[in-house]
Amino acid sequence: MTTSIPAVRFTHVSRHFGDVRAVDDVSLDILDGEFFTLLGPSGSGKTTCLRLIAGFDHPTTGRIELQGVEVSSLPPYERDVNTVFQDYALFPHMTVAENVAYGLMIKKVPPRERATRVNEMLRMVQLGGLGRRKPSQLSGGQRQRVALVRALINRPRVLLLDEPLGALDLKLRQQMQLELKAIQQQVGITFIYVTHDQEEALTMSDRLGVFNAGRLEQVGTPAEVYEHPATDFVAGFVGVSNLVSGLVAEAIIGSPQTFTIRPEKILIRGAGEPISDGMCAADGRIRDVIYLGAHTRYRVELAAGGELTVTQQNVDTTPLDVQTARGRTVRLMWHRTHNRQVFTRP
Amino acid sequence: MSTGAPLARRISTYLYRRPALALGLLLTPPLAWLGLVYLGSLVALLVQSFFSLDGFTGQVVRRFTFATYGDLFTRANVDIILRTAGMAAAVTVAAAVAAFPLAYYMARYASPRMKAALFLAVLLPLWSSYLVRVYSWKLILAKEGILNWTVTRLRLEGVLEWLLTLPGIGGPSLSVSLLGMFIVFLYVWLPYMILPVEAALERVPESLIEASGDLGARPADTFRRVILPLAFPGVVAGSIFTFALTLGDFIVPYALGNSAFFIGQAVLAHQGTAGNIPLAAAFTVVPTVIMAFYLVAAKRAGAFDAL
Repeated sequence: MTTSIPAVRFTHVSRHFGDVRAVDDVSLDILDGEFFTLLGPSGSGKTTCLRLIAGFDHPTTGRIELQGVEVSSLPPYERDVNTVFQDYALFPHMTVAENVAYGLMIKKVPPRERATRVNEMLRMVQLGGLGRRKPSQLSGGQRQRVALVRALINRPRVLLLDEPLGALDLKLRQQMQLELKAIQQQVGITFIYVTHDQEEALTMSDRLGVFNAGRLEQVGTPAEVYEHPATDFVAGFVGVSNLVSGLVAEAIIGSPQTFTIRPEKILIRGAGEPISDGMCAADGRIRDVIYLGAHTRYRVELAAGGELTVTQQNVDTTPLDVQTARGRTVRLMWHRTHNRQVFTRP
Repeated sequence: MSTGAPLARRISTYLYRRPALALGLLLTPPLAWLGLVYLGSLVALLVQSFFSLDGFTGQVVRRFTFATYGDLFTRANVDIILRTAGMAAAVTVAAAVAAFPLAYYMARYASPRMKAALFLAVLLPLWSSYLVRVYSWKLILAKEGILNWTVTRLRLEGVLEWLLTLPGIGGPSLSVSLLGMFIVFLYVWLPYMILPVEAALERVPESLIEASGDLGARPADTFRRVILPLAFPGVVAGSIFTFALTLGDFIVPYALGNSAFFIGQAVLAHQGTAGNIPLAAAFTVVPTVIMAFYLVAAKRAGAFDAL
């Protein structure tokens, strides 16, 4: 983490497919040893960026450096990075052990050392006894682990992960998120992780970059990106956010500037309750109530127009409260400091 | 419709609830065809091969004997079998080598339009008569033909003449030589190799090729360790066609050959002019046995592991 040379550096990188700018002037430093996530909706350019780093694709313009060395036009087999593919891409005609050993075999590592390292790797991901199986005989989660160690065994400088948990069910995915994070800390390799799942990005990353329409909207730690979204897109994509602008903004904060407020920061109070210092307030009527177990989501129609989404922890709420809340007139309040001015793309 | 519909519906429902009956109805005609007509004639053939010909009367003796198979192993007949199997093997290897690049291009790089055009180009020759194509090749390969003309223009006639002097495969001209026969066999069976190889290559996911490169393998390594093993079942499927078709063919050897017979010609001659049906049948069994051995060997080599 102390070295000043970034693991990956993008300098004004663009990748165009005909008229489509899949990656549009992206400049980015990914530090050595960090868990960095490329987050964005499908088609936002995050996977293309990963493919540019892996060498499966090459930038139209701009420069890509790995550990300070320009690699923009090098083929994948000349780069010290390895990839965990979305579909795992395990070789179906080889056993699990042969799959994991593939990179070492190509590098002509002696068979004995190869076998030792393969066993060590398989044990690390609790697949100790399964080396002689074929990939088709494994479950989704097991295949995922094989794909991970097949890449890790080569001790790359950077490991690229392309939505590796996308095909797994929720429980397994959450378990694997923690496992991946633990493995990353154990091996100390830079992980670059592509996902469209903002929760996954917040859970695992040291830092993340949010992509939209080929452009990098914001780079920061999960807390920075969540608490201080730089643009309206980031505010809406990372977590749920209320975007307030125009006349409604004027009614609440006295200026028509666009701002966002997170639903969990808003408190629901009785109509006409006094507004304390430093608080914003908006009057409205509860239009919709969605009970979500740990919390409840309210949609409140504002007197000033528009609506706000509000979530409240179900600390003392009874299901009856939830049922009778609809239609009630309320006053919403929140600390002024939770308002975030955002840059709106025209 | 108003009276027909309920009946059709009742039939549909009846069959829907009895899948075994529906399956039986669907399978009976093809199975009857395969079982009776096809397998039946094969059995008849096999039985015939265990009869023998009375050399004195020219009558078939309908008594079980291995004598006919004994005749098969005379020097002349063994030559015929080896010549045919050698040609089939050479054609198969050449077809695999020639088909692979085109199949690879079609499967991985060609645009949908280009792919359709190439499929058409591969299949188009099959729309015209096989006989016409073989005799066209006779003209192409003739001494006065376009191939000779081109070779002469390129001042390579020395090379061609040298090739034709080679014992075994040479001859007075390409149109009367094993070499010419090989060229024509390769031409007529190539589509049967291209199509299965292309289908096999198309089923190799792009990500596997990327993964191999990602793990440090150069394209040559990726080809040898990933693409070829995964496409191998397609090559074997294609080789079954090219090998079996060459083993059984008698038109090409007849059109381009000399007095050195191939199995197909031997069968034709024995069952026709010679009237030796048992020996013709025994000859016919040979390609079947060779193919059986071939398939077992292919399975041993792991050709079907990736299926």
